[in-house]
Amino acid sequence: MKNILKMQSVRKLIFLALTFAIIQLLIITNIIDAYFQNTLANICINIILAVSLNLITGFTGQFSLGHAGFMSIGAYTCAIITLRMPTILGFFLGVLAGAVLAALVGFIVGLPTLRLRGDYLAIATLGMAEIIRIIFINLKITNGAAGLQNIPRFVNWTWLFIFTVGTVLLINNFLKSSHGRACIAIREDEIAADAMGINTTKYKVTAFVIGAFCAGIAGALYASYFYFLKPNIFDFLKSVNVLVIVVLGGLGSISGSIFAAILLEIISTFLQSFSELRMVIYALLLVIIMIFRPQGLMGSKEVSFSVFSKLGGNFKSGKSKLEQRFKSKKGRV
Amino acid sequence: MEQLIQQVINGISLGSIYALIALGYTMVYGIIKLINFAHCDVYMIGAYVGYFCMTTFHIGFIPSVLIAMVVCTLLGIAIEKIAYKPLRNATRIAVLITAIGVSLFLEYGTMFFVKATSRSYPEMTGIMTKSFNFGNIVISMKQIIILVITVVLMILLQVIVKKTKIGKAMRAVSMDRDAAELMGINVDTTISFTFALGSALAGAAGVLVGVYYNSINPLMGVLPGLKAFVAAVFGGIGLIPGAMIGGYFIGVVEVFVSGYGGSLYRDAVVFGILILILIVKPTGLLGKNTREKV
Repeated sequence: MKNILKMQSVRKLIFLALTFAIIQLLIITNIIDAYFQNTLANICINIILAVSLNLITGFTGQFSLGHAGFMSIGAYTCAIITLRMPTILGFFLGVLAGAVLAALVGFIVGLPTLRLRGDYLAIATLGMAEIIRIIFINLKITNGAAGLQNIPRFVNWTWLFIFTVGTVLLINNFLKSSHGRACIAIREDEIAADAMGINTTKYKVTAFVIGAFCAGIAGALYASYFYFLKPNIFDFLKSVNVLVIVVLGGLGSISGSIFAAILLEIISTFLQSFSELRMVIYALLLVIIMIFRPQGLMGSKEVSFSVFSKLGGNFKSGKSKLEQRFKSKKGRV
Repeated sequence: MEQLIQQVINGISLGSIYALIALGYTMVYGIIKLINFAHCDVYMIGAYVGYFCMTTFHIGFIPSVLIAMVVCTLLGIAIEKIAYKPLRNATRIAVLITAIGVSLFLEYGTMFFVKATSRSYPEMTGIMTKSFNFGNIVISMKQIIILVITVVLMILLQVIVKKTKIGKAMRAVSMDRDAAELMGINVDTTISFTFALGSALAGAAGVLVGVYYNSINPLMGVLPGLKAFVAAVFGGIGLIPGAMIGGYFIGVVEVFVSGYGGSLYRDAVVFGILILILIVKPTGLLGKNTREKV
């Protein structure tokens, strides 16, 4: 058993290293030019955002519409720190401070509002994100509605890759721990989970804080990569965008979120020149998916390396069987 | 003191519009437990219909309001039939996301056809331009008309909901859908009718806001929509009197905040009220606590 797990992690490592090397090679040889590098950065940032929102909405079943708010906190914190301290150390400090601050706000907001159910929580988080945006518009240090310019750029493909993989691993491992199981139990039936002795408030807040933390990281990367910030980037539409990725990929599927982030970003890169039409297509996509495939492209299934070994005639580990039993039910809110 | 009264008057005009929109939210929420995000865009479409009636077809103010109401009614029914009806038995989150999708579709679809720039409503003529002065307090004819139309529509709504057969059906379905169906009520028709009523009110609100603020654009519905929803939650979502009280309250608060120097923070204050009310009394001002059942 242990050997198989090890085999899998070796395969994962090889796969990750290959992905990194191939894209790095494409960048060096300039096949992925500056324009597509932006797409690449957007994909990585969206993956972090989507996976962290999936933890909150897809796995814990708490419907949040305020992810852009957490992202903006991370972005502004990192931008302000790197503007004053334009070194690589400053950048790390910025990412860390941004993520911690976003997590802190997530904690403060989450503690009272996570008592609310479903729609009410969605509206409360939406209100929270709007308040954060309005505060950023009015603060001096963020330069108001005009925003911050010339933020030093430290993020390149290497950092994007490391942070994206790190976030996905963090959330994936969290979900495989007993805490993650508790979160999934809350999604399936909050009252039953409560009756089983799970401290529902604690786990909901934990998931929310981890989600906010990762959104802060995504925001910091965004600020450092695109070296320009203004509060209106982080409006309701941004939160909806992240939600669209999560729903399209499938609530409760990490790999689904990753695929959907890649797919949607590629679509929107090609539709860049018709911005209004792009949103119309987005909207139609959303409605059509909800009507015909409400569980998203992947449902709550995962593409993992055990799938490949199953195809090769190998057997499934006991752990993944259990996991499938957990994930077989549809995500409900 | 005079300034205070003036603020209250301005607040009531704004509150009337919020109340009209909030009624649509609250009725739909009451009957199918859905936050109809597309509602604020129905209001935007209403404003555009009024605009085209007045500029392209040179129709008077009152007929324009009526036409906008009719168009929005049809739009509301169409949205319900096309987007929400196939999802009657789907999860709540699926329907909510569909609502967001419909909302984006209406916003950017409209933007595609009429472009993103704001347009200004034609100048009113005749009686609409008058205003009355009481000392330093100014009440414009527009404000009076907004209030009168709102009150008339609300009374009409109350009559429909309380006195007619379909109103009775609406109340029954919002209490218990299955039981209502067993009693022979056509639930689908009732839900469509609810959407129609709410959308008609939103259409009227759209034209009124165009006349009052003189400027419309395809994204004008987003913020008033959210605020109207706050109003509905404040009064107790699902309750018609609650939406009216909430609408006027939010309108007055917003005008007061901007009147006394906090105009940059007025939206933040409204959302702050929302979070506060959700934390303190999630059922709203008039709502009753219900036990959670397993």
